[in-house]
Amino acid sequence: MADGGLPVIARFEVRHRNYLAPDGSINRPLPAFASDAKLLVSLYRAMVLLRSFDRKAVALQRTGRLGTYAVSLGQEAVSVGIASAMRSEDVLLPSYRDNGALIWRGVKLEEILLFWGGDERGNHFSGPVQDFPFCVPVGSQAPHAAGVGYAFKLRKEPRVAVCLFGDGATSKGDVYEAMNFAGVHKLPVVFVATNNQWAISVPLRLQTGCETLAQKAIAAGFIGEQVDGSDVVAVRAAAEEAIVAARDGQGPRFIEAVTYRLGDHTTSDDASRYRPEEDVQARWKEEPIARLRAFLAGQKMWSKADEEQLAAECHERVEAAVERYLATEPRGPETMFDHLYADLPEVYVAQRNELAREEDG
Amino acid sequence: MAEVTLVEAINLALARAMEDDPGVLLLGEDVGLNGGVFRATAGLQKRFGAERVLDTPLAELLISGLCVGMATQGLKPVGEIQFMGFLYPCIDQLVNHASRIRNRTQGRLTCPMVLRTPHGAGIRAPEHHSESTEAMLAHIPGLRVVIPSSPERAYGLLLAAIRDPDPVVFLEPTRIYRAAKGEVEDNGEALPLDVAFVLREGRDVTLISWGAMLKETMAAADALAVEGIAAEVVDLATLKPYDEVTVLSSVAKTGRCVIVHEATRTGGFGAEIAALIAERGLASLLAPVARVTGYDTVVPMARLEQKFMPSVGHIATAARQACQFS
Repeated sequence: MADGGLPVIARFEVRHRNYLAPDGSINRPLPAFASDAKLLVSLYRAMVLLRSFDRKAVALQRTGRLGTYAVSLGQEAVSVGIASAMRSEDVLLPSYRDNGALIWRGVKLEEILLFWGGDERGNHFSGPVQDFPFCVPVGSQAPHAAGVGYAFKLRKEPRVAVCLFGDGATSKGDVYEAMNFAGVHKLPVVFVATNNQWAISVPLRLQTGCETLAQKAIAAGFIGEQVDGSDVVAVRAAAEEAIVAARDGQGPRFIEAVTYRLGDHTTSDDASRYRPEEDVQARWKEEPIARLRAFLAGQKMWSKADEEQLAAECHERVEAAVERYLATEPRGPETMFDHLYADLPEVYVAQRNELAREEDG
Repeated sequence: MAEVTLVEAINLALARAMEDDPGVLLLGEDVGLNGGVFRATAGLQKRFGAERVLDTPLAELLISGLCVGMATQGLKPVGEIQFMGFLYPCIDQLVNHASRIRNRTQGRLTCPMVLRTPHGAGIRAPEHHSESTEAMLAHIPGLRVVIPSSPERAYGLLLAAIRDPDPVVFLEPTRIYRAAKGEVEDNGEALPLDVAFVLREGRDVTLISWGAMLKETMAAADALAVEGIAAEVVDLATLKPYDEVTVLSSVAKTGRCVIVHEATRTGGFGAEIAALIAERGLASLLAPVARVTGYDTVVPMARLEQKFMPSVGHIATAARQACQFS
């Protein structure tokens, strides 16, 4: 009571959740779902597929066959762990680095390649049709999630909006405005910040004066939790708890998944300009895929033969998707007018015809 | 038929739309219990409940972003921004999301939202309450920008905007919210979007305007008529996409055109119309296209506000000069 005995009227806590240590050993009793070996293996497989897809996407970009691409290297556990706790009728609002979540939800690999290859048809997911496309501006999808959650609540639909963004997005008013509103109306929305430590070259310590990002939820009136974002069991457990609570009418949650971006920000970035290689190498010891593999192997749920078979499967699946992507014919340029409005206003038909004529000529 | 003010017509249209479609909901600051700062939503929360007439936190970006999220779920959100000067935080949502989500997702997600905001100067309001930056909005592909100039068109165009499957920014002429009165039949009938209205036929000069400025434009046409000049007055009504056919055919008839807007001149929407006429109507022109606009200044506060606004005299003078040009 240093302040002249003034009473404390509120105190808050931020929990940190972790089950698997970097070496794959267990820190505390695992959540119930972890007794399902098949599920754990499927999480592992999804992360490996994502890494394999990433590697190929970068190779395609380097050889001029894909546009700028954002890799998930080192943070595979977040989008896979979160998406695995969602139901298909929930709505995902992803950021541009959340390929893992989209793939888990059934978006085809070639659709993702089409998007990064510069073709809007990639956003016409064959997966859940109400899921949002990647949000390229930072954090502006958070108000959409609140709007989606409001619609669910208004219609009394037992569905949840799950919004993913990065640590940089938490500096934006958009995210706070959305969280604040979700808190006011106890909306079924789960906000997830993938704290990969870097907003391009800006490190977390220049992003926020907060000890955690999770505590930003406190100002919006709900629970914020920090999880070890390189521990897919922890991410999934936190997501499941948050999504179940949201579906149950208990309102929003915020999850800060602490991880590390082992790669560049995108294929247009060179992270060696702003961070020492030793730091990155040290972080490789914590990465999520080796961690889960060590755990699974220790539990006799995974073998070297399984690993080789998985690698072959991923290779085959990614290559087949790349083939389909590369075989997709570009559209006629006049299609840029398609879906501009429900019906193209007459005044723009002339512009479309102009473009079509130019192509014919 | 009842005579109502423009803002009452908006209230009627909102009520009608909510009555007809349970997916329509209103959101904004003070729109609920208070009925909106201009009373556009008066009585609607009591009638339709707080879930459908929603007082939001004070956060304009949020209002527009919520609309996007709701609209993708098949709701028909109508957001209110209290003054156009507070619309700017919404621009990110309008440009990057609302206007293009249909195109980005190739029709998988759509955004049937309306964002309403008062438009324009002339009400002796504080700073940031007198904006008329419609040209900025009209530049955005995939958006509709609509501005009524009478109670009848406010009612019919707002119903059309709410029923439209794409995002619409609906600019309400603040200066004539209450000054404009007219008979409005609350019959649920919409007026067409993307169509200009010829408010007065004439053979000598075409006067094109929109929103509150049509008050002065019509008065100028009256004054010109006394002098024997028959002005045709076109209310553009939808600025994006706008009715090029009506503009060009009117100019083809009169050979002269004066464009009137209170927005600042450079890059104003008048420039777009002048360019259209130069490109596709030059042969019919008997005089240079003229613009009567606000100055390229910040809209001054109350003491100088009237000096900023185009007057009946300015418009009539420009029309006379066009008619005398040889």
